[in-house]
Amino acid sequence: MEPILQIQHVSIDFTQYESRKGTSRRCLQVIRDLSLTLYPGQVMAVVGASGSGKSLLAHGILHILPYNSHMRGEILYNGEPLTKERAKRLRGREIVLIPQGVTYLDPLMKVGAQIRKGRRDEASRRMSREALGRYGLSPDTEDLYPFELSGGMARRVLIAAATVEKPRFVIADEPTPGLDTVSAGRILAHLREIADAGAGVLLITHDLELALRIADRVAVFYAGETIEDAAASDFADPSLLRHPFTKALWHAMPGHGFRTIAGAQPYPGTAERGCPFVSSCVDCVDKCREAEEIAPRYVRGGWVRCLRVQQDTTEAGTENGDLGEGMEE
Amino acid sequence: MNGRKGTLIFWGVASLILFCLVVIGLFVEEAATVTDFSRTNLPPSLQYPFGTDWMGRDMFQRTLAGLSLSIRIGLLTAAVSAAVAFVLGLCAATLGSRVDACISWCIDWVMGIPHILLVMLISIACGRGFTGVVVGVALSHWTSLARLVRGEILQLRQAPYMLAAEKLGVSRLKQAGRHVMPHVLPQFITGLVLLFPHAILHEASVTFLGFGLSSEQPAIGVILSESMRYLTTGKWWLALFPGLSLVFVVVLFSLLGDGLRRWLDPASAHR
Amino acid sequence: MSLEASRVTFGYGGRKKQMILQDISLSLSPGERLGLKAPSGRGKTTLCRLLAGYEKPLSGQVLLDGVPLYKWRGACPVQMIWQHPETAVDPLLRLGDTLREAGPIDPKILERLHIEKAWMDRYPSELSGGELQRFCLARALQPTTEYLLCDEITAMLDLVTQAQIWKFLLQTAEKRGLGLLIVSHSDALLERVCTRVEELPEGM
Repeated sequence: MEPILQIQHVSIDFTQYESRKGTSRRCLQVIRDLSLTLYPGQVMAVVGASGSGKSLLAHGILHILPYNSHMRGEILYNGEPLTKERAKRLRGREIVLIPQGVTYLDPLMKVGAQIRKGRRDEASRRMSREALGRYGLSPDTEDLYPFELSGGMARRVLIAAATVEKPRFVIADEPTPGLDTVSAGRILAHLREIADAGAGVLLITHDLELALRIADRVAVFYAGETIEDAAASDFADPSLLRHPFTKALWHAMPGHGFRTIAGAQPYPGTAERGCPFVSSCVDCVDKCREAEEIAPRYVRGGWVRCLRVQQDTTEAGTENGDLGEGMEE
Repeated sequence: MNGRKGTLIFWGVASLILFCLVVIGLFVEEAATVTDFSRTNLPPSLQYPFGTDWMGRDMFQRTLAGLSLSIRIGLLTAAVSAAVAFVLGLCAATLGSRVDACISWCIDWVMGIPHILLVMLISIACGRGFTGVVVGVALSHWTSLARLVRGEILQLRQAPYMLAAEKLGVSRLKQAGRHVMPHVLPQFITGLVLLFPHAILHEASVTFLGFGLSSEQPAIGVILSESMRYLTTGKWWLALFPGLSLVFVVVLFSLLGDGLRRWLDPASAHR
Repeated sequence: MSLEASRVTFGYGGRKKQMILQDISLSLSPGERLGLKAPSGRGKTTLCRLLAGYEKPLSGQVLLDGVPLYKWRGACPVQMIWQHPETAVDPLLRLGDTLREAGPIDPKILERLHIEKAWMDRYPSELSGGELQRFCLARALQPTTEYLLCDEITAMLDLVTQAQIWKFLLQTAEKRGLGLLIVSHSDALLERVCTRVEELPEGM
């Protein structure tokens, strides 16, 4: 099958003034050398801590980045470069963004009009009612203003608005925060349905546990780098995972031992060289600190950015023991 | 060079120009009033770049003196206005809902009357002249800045970090110094700088209409209103150059304020 | 000495006058870790704000040791930790200043929270959410603090940071006999860290 989206070596920089008063600028690399491939019918979760620049990825794909950021690398949609003009033509139709929250709805416009994008003909009315119905919202919802919606309803309205025209590629940017488990589960189930209907879904979230419920593949972000790109099924057992941080994530789940490691995740772009995980990694060696660049390696059907993981798969299994001992109890 | 360095250089140059205008204007004030009937109604030349008027006064010197006076009045009125705005805004935001309602009502009331009308009325009530204009302009321009200060402080008081500081037992004074001032002051200064062009224009218009400074004073408003009588006889230079210089000063001030705002506004701070 | 809400009712004034919380009673004793769960929009955050003394209930009372909490002046024994740490620190202050705002912090706390010295000179916009939340915790753990209200404090953080923060909080609470109110949407987390879990009854 042809991939629907290919992200190749994409980096996003931020230009900022050093301080509020200063005149010198600095450049922060928030996303570094990101490569992903998404197939139709697949849900790909991009998981990273909040404030780690994940939303910029969505904005970068759609070419709606803020003025002080800059993107390098290549994005292919349906095998062809997704240029600014092409993105402009396709977004809202074939490529849609399900944004984070109610603030993305126009507060002065009724829900129905927003879903129909202002059109009033009978066909669009029918389509908008269908879209609402698909997500368990009654036709009356059309006549409500955004402030009259609860958090969960607003998310469903956003999904309905995004999927009126049967998109082929959907980006969902943090669709669940602030929702209780039941409502969040419902939203995720809808995303799964969209993928099952043949679209590619890129789910950007900080919540690994929720992402694992619907994702086919998971890309883990750490300090602006994708340190691992694994199948969701690999998370069934930590020995199937590759990067020490991903393993640490697994062990840190409340249901999996709630184990911690030392150190804190650095702010993206602050590490100048070497592996960003060195301060927390128990398994690191000198070359991890000194390497100019750590290229992703292909290991057991997934990608990992770690010098200590052998590209040859036979020895990888023994590493779990080492990591387990280093954990703080 | 980036945006901020450019802004900084622009500020330096603009402030220097305005400062020089004030100082030079003060020195030529005497000379500007000298009449010499041997050189009446001369069009602009190298010797008299802005020409001379029907009493033989050098229009260049008169304009300089006028601008200097305008800027000084602008500084004075803007400072008074800003002080009033700050005190009232602060009171409205911190002294409870009754004081707030009262002050907000005053703000709406003053804003509801067209500026120029209010300035005229107050100026007449205060006996026109320098006092009249200064009181008039100062008392009519504080409203928008007061509203800004009030809104900013009200918003800050609800900010989680302020609430947290309060519950951690940080004293009111320390809260004001650490959290409120650093947020409000830049906004306030921007507002203050943006008040100048308004104050200057209103001073000139009220004087032009005859409700402001007296005709002996070398004010731009006086120059412009006098020149109206001679415009029809082809003495275009009497109005054109003083008018343009006034516009130049006003635009300079407003650019200064804009630069400041761009620097401090989070939405464009990194440009 | 316990923190108690008795028959608290609260709502923001407005057209509909709909109450967010109606007749809620709850009590928290030292050393206890009470988990609170409820569907979104049922006023968990509002309850935290009431218990922290940021709001005064329309009826009913929030009492600390029998004294209404909103009357408290000076350093309050009840401290709230917010879901979004980036809103809880002044963006214009260096973090070292924010941290020391209420007085010196025990260096041991900083060490156990993995707060690095270099962060002290930075501004909030230069640190990640997980790093900022550590500052918020350290700041709230004054010697006078007896209760911590944790409103989804790790909901926006990665799992490793979540585990680190809770491990620290549980140890500290144990050692100092703090009472914790823990709001979270994650049942697994509540089960892991709480001594008792309650469901917030519906407001209307």
